[in-house]
Amino acid sequence: MQQETRKRMIKESAIWGFIVLELIFFSVAGHFLSLSENAFMDFENMLLLLKQSAPIGIIALGMTVVMINGNIDLSVGATFALAAVVMLDSMSWPIFAPLGDWVIPVSWALALLTGMVLGAINGFIVWKTGVDAFIVTLGSMLGFRGLVFMYNGEQPTFQLNWTMVDIAEARLFGLQTPTLVLIVCTVLVWLMLNKTIHGRNVYAVGDNREAAVNAGIRVGPHMMINFIIIGFLAALSSVVFYSASGSVNPNDGMLYELWVITAVVLGGTKLTGGKGSVIATFGGVIAIQLLRKGLGHIGADTAMVNLVIGSILIAVLYLDKQLNRKGDGDLKV
Amino acid sequence: MSVHDQKPALRLEGIVKTFPGVRALDGVSFSVLPGEVHALMGENGAGKSTLMKVLGGLHQPNEGKIFMGDEPVVMGSPMDAKAKGVVFIHQELSLAEELSVAENIYLGELPRKSFGRVDWDRLYADSGAILKRLNCGFGPRTLVGDLSIANMQMVEIARALTVDAKAVIFDEPTASLTDAEKVVLFEVIADLRAQGVGIIYISHRMEEIFRISDRITVLRDGAYRGTLNTAETDEDEVTRLMIGRSLDMSRNAEHVETGDVALEVRGLSCGKLFQDVSFEVREGEVVGFYGLVGAGRTEIAETLFGLRTPSAGKILLKGKEVSIHSPMDAIAHGISLVPEDRKTQGLVLGMNCRDNITLPQVGDLTAGPFVSDGAEIAIFDQYRDRLDIKTPNWRQQVGNLSGGNQQKIVIGKWLSMHPEVLIVDEPTRGIDIGSKSEIHNLIRELAKSGYAVIVISSEMPEVMRVSDRVIAMYNGKLMRSFTADEVTEDNLVQAISGLSENGKVA
Ligand SMILES: Nc1ncnc2c1ncn2[C@@H]1O[C@H](COP(=O)(O)OP(=O)(O)OP(=O)(O)O)[C@@H](O)[C@H]1O
Ligand SMILES: [Mg+2]
Repeated sequence: MQQETRKRMIKESAIWGFIVLELIFFSVAGHFLSLSENAFMDFENMLLLLKQSAPIGIIALGMTVVMINGNIDLSVGATFALAAVVMLDSMSWPIFAPLGDWVIPVSWALALLTGMVLGAINGFIVWKTGVDAFIVTLGSMLGFRGLVFMYNGEQPTFQLNWTMVDIAEARLFGLQTPTLVLIVCTVLVWLMLNKTIHGRNVYAVGDNREAAVNAGIRVGPHMMINFIIIGFLAALSSVVFYSASGSVNPNDGMLYELWVITAVVLGGTKLTGGKGSVIATFGGVIAIQLLRKGLGHIGADTAMVNLVIGSILIAVLYLDKQLNRKGDGDLKV
Repeated sequence: MSVHDQKPALRLEGIVKTFPGVRALDGVSFSVLPGEVHALMGENGAGKSTLMKVLGGLHQPNEGKIFMGDEPVVMGSPMDAKAKGVVFIHQELSLAEELSVAENIYLGELPRKSFGRVDWDRLYADSGAILKRLNCGFGPRTLVGDLSIANMQMVEIARALTVDAKAVIFDEPTASLTDAEKVVLFEVIADLRAQGVGIIYISHRMEEIFRISDRITVLRDGAYRGTLNTAETDEDEVTRLMIGRSLDMSRNAEHVETGDVALEVRGLSCGKLFQDVSFEVREGEVVGFYGLVGAGRTEIAETLFGLRTPSAGKILLKGKEVSIHSPMDAIAHGISLVPEDRKTQGLVLGMNCRDNITLPQVGDLTAGPFVSDGAEIAIFDQYRDRLDIKTPNWRQQVGNLSGGNQQKIVIGKWLSMHPEVLIVDEPTRGIDIGSKSEIHNLIRELAKSGYAVIVISSEMPEVMRVSDRVIAMYNGKLMRSFTADEVTEDNLVQAISGLSENGKVA
């Protein structure tokens, strides 16, 4: 039992060890390879890194919930784009003209609502048809992206509102708005998963769906709520990002689902469900962002970055499997 | 007080339930009185679990009514049934392994604080109290995944004590309990009964039924066969009602000519699980391993089958030392293992019956580049008849079969491999008495035709019946080996409880 607990602790803190390793590596390697004069572990640089982690990170929180629940959501990138289109476009709708700058919260709300509706659609289909979430959200990924293109063709949608940009770039205790949103959301989702009945049921359903059904948990509506949560978070991520940039291309958010899932898996959430933690996901997001930034710092290009991250992902899954095999005398699978 | 002039706590009337191709229940009526233990018996696939699932709100009946007291009720969902006081403890473990014991006990009804938060203090206090009542050696915060199968079963049983129950259904609860845990379970049942709760108890073990039940209802092929007062009946009558004939339950008397040593094990150890185990099995011989759950018998079998790596010792097949690193090696050397836990180790639940049986040899059953359907079906037919597997046809998904029939598929799968050394771990757990004796005969026949067979069992009548030799184990060590003539219930019990002849702990 003691050994079990120790093993569990090692596994849970693995991602943080990995981050420390990355920091050391890039600081040292950067010293020799980097073209720039700045140290990698510069304070401003780290703050920037947190801010850049926010868009993927906020969605990854939702993905953690959905994956612990035993599902997956591939449509988050498209939801991200569609929410941005709704937000930026609605700001110039004539009916909102009298509102002045008060249009900002209204557009935000509309964007968030869009995300929730899209999530609800996914959840409802999974509930009522019983089709695997992978397939359902693969379909909606294409469908939602189609909606983005229908809205404005190949054209970008843009809306520059300086008040909004000011809010988006505000700082509190030195942290920028996106970072703050990411941290607050992490805390909230953590509280939900660990302290509420719904959160505990997320684990129960993902671990053993049949047992959950037997125990009388209404699995369908339960899963739908989680899809609404991830839809909301994808839209929130979009709100945070596009409030600052003010312009969305119809292809934005593409492949986000893959980055998000990679971060969640790096954080140790089980692909089959039942196990995972948002704190570790937070770690996974930071780890990926560090890698991207760090490799850039020492002069690697995007292709190289992708190759490295892909290899690390596979290595992590392999290591996890090895760790799960308990000991020599123990049962092999 | 006579049971006849009491009002039933719960009554089912004329229940019909059909599945595609199966009429699982055909107008079954059944009632439980407050404070009685009502046993439900019948062959594998007779419809016992289905009837209970109807009662527990997991299935809706096609016809028929359920009454609580005088009122007709509809059990719309498991929640609904539980709220009405019907608690169902399932045949298969129904637990979330990554969650704590407490969360599993209160699964689906965690105590609530404001904002939908879990009331952890109350949860741990309440479940701790229940565990104490059950004499469990683990706390409410333990992760279920870290528990043994038997302890997991205790968690299931703990669920019965969370609500103010009117009726509690136990569907084969003792299948994986040790004798000590069984005693605790029976105490819990007596306790519930004294509080006026009606108990429905499903089991294939006659001795348990006669020990704790007040009445026995028998189902056969989905039809109601009758209800007997336990005090006024005997095993033979129940058996005849169940399978339509009597059974010969005598001990193994014949002596088979044994051949060469097929398998020899010298000084085999595996960490703390078992130490310095040596024995041999000859061709044509059945060796029974008897001991309490946890004595290390299953672990020996798993080591022989390449699932565990031994820390010391040798394994010899036909006098030649072999090293077995994986089940693949084991199968290549002619060793087969029928595992103890059918659900996770023996079956692909989503696959059909035929494919499950032929799974390990599908590579050999080819016609050109394709798998030969005909050969596969022939094998399936042979073992379906042999083991009396109840299924509408080979296309049925194994997950839809009754618990006992799933076990038969696992056995059929390994028998069809014609191994040289066959290891069967708890071969008749959850299997009805008719098929049990059929499986016993099959094991004897296999030995007679020259196979070496190891039978691991926690049921004394079973080991005494099938074995030529019995090896008693205690706490990871071989205590003693008996020949069929030497073995008696007394000296066997002595050996497996770690007592030497003169009563001292060895
Ligand atoms: N979901 C299902 N789909 C199709 N057939 C089913 C389903 N559930 C049960 N059956 C069939 O109904 C019949 C009765 O099954 P049931 O599980 O009630 O048997 P049982 O009496 O509990 O047997 P055992 O002692 O083996 O547990 C079996 O023939 C089984 O194959
Ligand atoms: Mg059953």
